[in-house]
Amino acid sequence: MSGPVLAFIEHAGGEPDRLSLEALALARGLAVSLAAPLEAIVLGSGAEAVAGRLGTFGAQAVHVAGAADFDAFAPAAWGAATRAAMESRQPAAVVAAGSERGNEVMAHVAARTGLPMAANVVSVSPGDGSGGAAGSWRLVRQRWAGSLLEDAALDAPTRLLTVAPHAVAIDPVASGAATPTILPFEPERDPADLIARVVKVEARTSSGVSLSDAKVVVGGGRGVGSAEGFGRLEELATALNGAVGGSRVVTSLGWRPHSDQIGQTGLRIAPDLYIACGISGAIQHIVGCKAAKQILAINTDPDSPIMAVADYAVIGDVATIVPAITAEIERRRGAP
Amino acid sequence: MNILVCVKRVPQTGGRIVLTADGQAIDTRFLGHTISPHEECGVEEAVQIVEKEGGSSTVLTLGPVEAEEQLRDAMAIGIERAVLLETDGSEWDPVSTAGAIAESIESQEAANAAFDLILFGNEAADTGDFQVGVRVAVALGRPIINGIKEIWLRDDRGAVFARREAPGGGWETYELPLPAILGVKEGLNLPRYPSVPGRLRAKKKEIERVALGGSPSGALGLGAGEDAAAAGASAVPGPTKLGLRLPAEEKTAAEVLGQGPDAASAVVDLFEKIGVVAR
Ligand SMILES: Cc1cc2nc3c(=O)[nH]c(=O)nc-3n(C[C@H](O)[C@H](O)[C@H](O)COP(=O)(O)OP(=O)(O)OC[C@H]3O[C@@H](n4cnc5c(N)ncnc54)[C@H](O)[C@@H]3O)c2cc1C
Ligand SMILES: Nc1ncnc2c1ncn2[C@@H]1O[C@H](COP(=O)(O)O)[C@@H](O)[C@H]1O
Repeated sequence: MSGPVLAFIEHAGGEPDRLSLEALALARGLAVSLAAPLEAIVLGSGAEAVAGRLGTFGAQAVHVAGAADFDAFAPAAWGAATRAAMESRQPAAVVAAGSERGNEVMAHVAARTGLPMAANVVSVSPGDGSGGAAGSWRLVRQRWAGSLLEDAALDAPTRLLTVAPHAVAIDPVASGAATPTILPFEPERDPADLIARVVKVEARTSSGVSLSDAKVVVGGGRGVGSAEGFGRLEELATALNGAVGGSRVVTSLGWRPHSDQIGQTGLRIAPDLYIACGISGAIQHIVGCKAAKQILAINTDPDSPIMAVADYAVIGDVATIVPAITAEIERRRGAP
Repeated sequence: MNILVCVKRVPQTGGRIVLTADGQAIDTRFLGHTISPHEECGVEEAVQIVEKEGGSSTVLTLGPVEAEEQLRDAMAIGIERAVLLETDGSEWDPVSTAGAIAESIESQEAANAAFDLILFGNEAADTGDFQVGVRVAVALGRPIINGIKEIWLRDDRGAVFARREAPGGGWETYELPLPAILGVKEGLNLPRYPSVPGRLRAKKKEIERVALGGSPSGALGLGAGEDAAAAGASAVPGPTKLGLRLPAEEKTAAEVLGQGPDAASAVVDLFEKIGVVAR
């Protein structure tokens, strides 16, 4: 029989993180195909309460290190705690979210154990085809932030995986979820692992709807023409209670701050509507906005690549079309 | 301050990606090459810090001989030294890559001065393995933190402060004693464009080369995990690429609502239909 599948769970405000629950869903599928137990690891204050919620998602046992030492993020220390759980359980696999923290913690686990790690996995089939855990596992992972998929083999005593965001659906147990067994543990804290540790947290300052939460996002690219040109996009966004974002070209030109950038090296957004204004639709931009429910492109070039991903399009100059749309919204609002 | 930046040559993909017939790589016949935007910011930051603090800056890449182009790009904006760990062009897995980089750093530090600060990109643009920097840091026994969008030095120059975005929005700050390693992200700064004299100067500069050849599949000295090392084993390389493919696309051609400002009415009809403005 194979060792358990361990899922590393991040949490905030007493709730497991969404991306960690996605990782737990992949881990559960893996545990089923290996006929292995599904277990989780939760660290820091409030860990036990979070652990209690994981039964709903199929965890049979949860390793809990509730020491407040683990509250401030310290990737090496979180990784060391994970290794401590691995030592006692000899897992077939350890799975974390492909979040900033999840990838970082797993990289520390990988570096310190000498095990290989596959980041941003979308699916995995264990074994060499004979149904066991031995041999080389086959997996599919994202490259280029999801513009490309890689079929890969992973062969190691314990497989370390992170799960690509929004690639696997959260999967609550249909009925009769059991309360998981809580297994408290006290990993040693090596001071060296606590050097890289959060020493100060500052809350978000700007008010208004944030780019990552906005239901409507108005994105601008080179076709907007200038920093001033973004004024028209701001007005449309205000009329739609949305937020303004942009392509890499506009952040590199300094027309917008980098925090507005959508794409591979910026934000991934998933609004109800994305309005791409003067954006050509390079693949690195598209990976950041393709989760939008609808995409409207406004572009002078009817053959630009954005047309292949947009649901709707208006052909022409953003400088005249965008204000016309804003005016039409206001006209209808003003109308009795 | 002596600073090292590690960069990786990747194809400059644009509107869409085209694969080679055997599905093993991106078809680069019609593409230029670049480095990840994250790493571009690392290069710029190294130049800025050395401009202010003095010291020296070095850029390192592990890749084919053509990766000289990326090293010269970095020297064109002000990096002084360049090191090429030359491969035969085959793809190196992240474990082997980190092992070779860590080994090179050790021998460079033995020959020259130690690096106070080493900068990596948060992740490579192509493979996105999210681990090479951490593996090097662990092999060298230095602290590392990823995701960094702002860097400043402590007054006594004994430590670096580094800031990154916190999970729920806002910012979190780290303080690492030097020598330290940071994984940086785009947004750290606005990289400058190389000047013509900068390019000419870079063209004439020496590049230090170390021949590595093909990707090793087995034992590594440096970069091996300490747990594994204690057990007498070395790091296990991987994952092993079997092939690449494009994700399935569901989209069809866009429905054109109109031309020019006259389309505004059709657009707002659509907004009402999908419920983003009240009817
Ligand atoms: C590793 C890597 C990572 C990257 N990460 C990102 C990322 O995170 N985000 C990102 O956006 N890019 C990213 N890029 C860059 C990306 O490849 C493109 O260069 C970029 O997205 C192009 O921006 P753009 O569409 O604004 O500009 P362009 O490609 O120049 O397109 C401008 C568009 O505007 C249209 N246009 C011009 N004038 C008008 C007008 N008056 N009215 C209407 N339309 C007009 C044109 O027809 C054209 O379609 C990355 C690249 C690499 C190599
Ligand atoms: N072949 C390479 N040569 C130099 N640096 C590299 C190489 N591969 C990765 N790196 C560095 O390690 C970072 C993380 O890479 P990765 O773990 O592959 O996502 C990159 O942003 C680079 O700074």
